[in-house]
Amino acid sequence: MQVTVKLFASFRTGRTPIELCDFPAGTTVAEVVARQGIPEADLGIMLVNHRHVKLERVLADGDILALFPLLGGG
Amino acid sequence: MGMLQRYLTGLAVDGLVSTAGQFDASLHFDLGFAQVEAAILELGLCPARYQRNRQTISSSGQLTLLRSCAVVIGCGGLGGYLVEELARLGVGRIVAVDPDLFEEHNLNRQLLCTLANLGESKVSAAARRVAEINPAVKLVPRRCAFGAANGRELLAGATVAVDALDNLATRRELAELCRELGIALVHGAIAGWYGQVATQLPGEDISAFLCGAGSGIKGVETGLGNPSFTPALVASLQAAEACKVMLALGEPVSGRLLTVNLLDMEFEAISLGGEPGPCHEE
Repeated sequence: MQVTVKLFASFRTGRTPIELCDFPAGTTVAEVVARQGIPEADLGIMLVNHRHVKLERVLADGDILALFPLLGGG
Repeated sequence: MGMLQRYLTGLAVDGLVSTAGQFDASLHFDLGFAQVEAAILELGLCPARYQRNRQTISSSGQLTLLRSCAVVIGCGGLGGYLVEELARLGVGRIVAVDPDLFEEHNLNRQLLCTLANLGESKVSAAARRVAEINPAVKLVPRRCAFGAANGRELLAGATVAVDALDNLATRRELAELCRELGIALVHGAIAGWYGQVATQLPGEDISAFLCGAGSGIKGVETGLGNPSFTPALVASLQAAEACKVMLALGEPVSGRLLTVNLLDMEFEAISLGGEPGPCHEE
């Protein structure tokens, strides 16, 4: 299946900001995050097709996954 | 029309009362500077300091701001700019909450931090700064950390609360307490080139934006740091949101999160919705 992975803010550093990826059926958000080498502790908002999702969410063909880092400074 | 009102009307030139005239009236009638400011605005006149606010903020809006209370939680990168902008805007009461003293590493971005005041408490520097800018504004310095134990007392009387904190755990406590008390909250957070802003109006819940996949209390700012321009921008967005909330004007970033990427110069608004945020699973 094909999923568009969109990375935001600091997640773009050293990675492709937007990429159409081939994943096996049943791939979860957590698995994509791991493949991108993003530590889960850095992970803030996760959206699939503009809706909030959890790490365990199973992706479907044609999904658009957007990952934002967690920001906590002030 | 009373004596004060006649006096102020006599002072006005093209509808404006100078700061010097406002001080004179304050001495002459033995009234506080803010009380005289209220009387000027009630007459439909404008303190000259606000003349460039005109058409953006009417005299009645200026009076509403004077009678408003903004509680700024955190007086560092975001909070310093927030205090400055809210004081110049004419918000009558600003409660500034922060337990910390200025340190050398604050100099790169914290507006109120100078070489001369290293070692001074951030909230006392804020009080001095506001007194220099706008004597109509009362800045209440509270040198303490915001938390569950003192949160209600710190937020008492708030028209709006502004999140200028530096960790996510306290942000979540603040947002929860604001929901409980029905106080509008303007959230802001920064890291490196990046920032975010969201407004939680009474009855709304922004907690999904304050949670990571883990249960960490810090975000990527621990690695990225914070340069000078990101807090200035995000605090300005928050000040605009707080102003709109106090005046019931415009469209706040409500039910959405505005994300700011200054490296690629992208602004993106993310809507709330979908599955509950990770924090709901705790």
